[in-house]
Amino acid sequence: MNAVEVNHVVKSYADKVAVDDLSFSVDQGEIFGLIGPNGAGKTTTIRMMMDIIKPDLGEIAILGKKLDETTKNSLGYLPEERGLYKNLRVMDSIVYLASLKGMNPSITVEKASRLLAQMDMLTSQRKKIEELSKGMGQIIQFIVTIIHDPQLIILDEPFSGLDPVNTELIKKILIDLKNQGKAIILSLHQMNQVEELSDRILMVNKGKAVLYGNLAEIKSRYRNNAVLLGYEGELGEVPGVAEKREHKGYVELVLDNKTTPHQLLERLVSRGIAINRFEIATPPLNEIFLKVAGDDHE
Amino acid sequence: MNKTQLVFRHEFLTTLKRKGFIIMTFIVPLIALLAIGAYQVISGTVKPSEEITNIGYVDNLGGFDQYTSQGLIRLVPFSSPDEANKGLDSKDIKEYFVISSDYINTGLINFYTLEKQLSPPPATLAAIKNFLSSNLLTGKVPQTTIDLVEAPLYLITTRITETGAVSPEQGGYGNLIIPGIFSLLLVLSITFSSSYLIQGMGDEKENRLIEVLLSSVSVRQLIIGKVLGLGAAGLVQVVVWVISAPLLLGLASSSIGGFLRTLQIPPSFLVLCIVYFILGYLLFAMISTAIGAISPSAREGQQLATIFTLGAISPLWFSSLIMLFPNSPAWVVLTIFPITAPVVLMLRLGSTDVAAWQIAVSILVLLLSVTGGLLMTARIVRTYLLMYGKRPGLGEIVRNLRNG
Repeated sequence: MNAVEVNHVVKSYADKVAVDDLSFSVDQGEIFGLIGPNGAGKTTTIRMMMDIIKPDLGEIAILGKKLDETTKNSLGYLPEERGLYKNLRVMDSIVYLASLKGMNPSITVEKASRLLAQMDMLTSQRKKIEELSKGMGQIIQFIVTIIHDPQLIILDEPFSGLDPVNTELIKKILIDLKNQGKAIILSLHQMNQVEELSDRILMVNKGKAVLYGNLAEIKSRYRNNAVLLGYEGELGEVPGVAEKREHKGYVELVLDNKTTPHQLLERLVSRGIAINRFEIATPPLNEIFLKVAGDDHE
Repeated sequence: MNKTQLVFRHEFLTTLKRKGFIIMTFIVPLIALLAIGAYQVISGTVKPSEEITNIGYVDNLGGFDQYTSQGLIRLVPFSSPDEANKGLDSKDIKEYFVISSDYINTGLINFYTLEKQLSPPPATLAAIKNFLSSNLLTGKVPQTTIDLVEAPLYLITTRITETGAVSPEQGGYGNLIIPGIFSLLLVLSITFSSSYLIQGMGDEKENRLIEVLLSSVSVRQLIIGKVLGLGAAGLVQVVVWVISAPLLLGLASSSIGGFLRTLQIPPSFLVLCIVYFILGYLLFAMISTAIGAISPSAREGQQLATIFTLGAISPLWFSSLIMLFPNSPAWVVLTIFPITAPVVLMLRLGSTDVAAWQIAVSILVLLLSVTGGLLMTARIVRTYLLMYGKRPGLGEIVRNLRNG
């Protein structure tokens, strides 16, 4: 059973089509990157998955069925537009919002204390939300999102506003959750973070899917037959190399159409060059997106 | 506990803890207490005037010389208008009147005063009238007849059943008190609860919490939980006021307290009051929730809600007309129109027997309005709670409801 199954979904607003015939699925135990520029239709897609807005056309199944009140208890959702009751205390906020997911208050307090301690925020549990910094508020929302042990976690821009320490901490928790078999959807516009965490991705632009599938496969599909080489000594002219781009500490060798990376490696070894890095270059997602979006534009 | 109950509990308890709510709950009785204290201090120092007022008269017909003492008004005879003017000038009299020589045929009385007035005060008029009629009748009829002419009606109304037995439910002013109190409580309850609902919706919209809530509960569960939670908090407030009212009235005047103790409330009447109170509150709560959803800020929502709360309050402005002519077709229409129904019906119930069909139709229309209101509000909330910024126009709302 897929965690999410979206089939030919369309959503239009008065003046534009926000989501245009979008289909994808998310497996259990994977981190799925939903990426695209601002206004691409990511948040609209998520809101339809959460049944907050209705699609004009198409079907959405969550954990094998149409979203209903019981399925909602198996979902954790961190929206892009976030906030909490300003006058409520941290623990009271967590207990109330967790109770709406079917959590027992005493279990919530116990689990929340553990998560707050993990985030180094246990001393803030009796503070009012309005007394917290934006980043701290966001951590509380993250705790609210995962405290009820959901099967599917949807995070819309989870790292915005977080400092590097907390960003790393949340990334680590997400990987742990993935290893526990949870399905995680990460909606991000910062593509380097998607590359770091996602197993598969869906790239949307202007409401349409422009890239969909395994991240490694996509990157290999878009690679430009180049190799990143770290070496010692003099490289000189190497047959089969069409272009050489110097970077700090390594060089990027773009191969001609007749040469494979394997052949290049053989040639370098035969010339006795001391190699300390040999890596097939894959373009960053950002570059792939620009290429795909550019093609789409044309 | 289901999710509606959880939202209900949260809204109820959060509202009870609100500073504004606590202050409002206790400030109303406190202000009343202060007002009573101030009244008693003032009334203790200022006694009602018991001064005799002199009013002069010139009797051109003759024979008007008895009954010159009429309560606190003393009638002083003068031989001519000039003499009376002198009395006026020296402030011996406040004003005077002249009985014309053909008074018997014309009834003409000329009244002269230094004050600018539309008509003499009722007490003065009553004194002059009694003085004239008593003098006209003296010697012609017995004194008891003269007294009866002055006060010909000592009315005791008893309501009877069709069999002629004394009805257990009597009319009278006492019966106006309870519907009056209920309609006032409903209006207060609508005003405060609507303000809390709009504030709550506005807050959740402004602090972007609504998406988190809607990922856990349905729009309907959220609305019902909120409306009932805030309604229950509003009811607590009303109960505090109701409990404090007899104590305050007792303090204010033992006679008022005694009067209230004599009131009898028929159970059917009380049931209807409660039914209309609940239905009325629910209808306005739905309207307020919808307004909270479409308004970009709580303040703008409050302004928009005023239009509807004025609709509910407006029958109170005509309460005396409703009580005097309770069966006028206008009030029948307003009994069925859902916005005005609760207050109009409560006021009518105090002064007449409202036809059963009118009550049935009115309750049915209210029930349909509450149900329709819930469905429409759920759509509005779903459509507009996620839209931040400008308030949509009416045309846009209708279009979106049709599409959405």
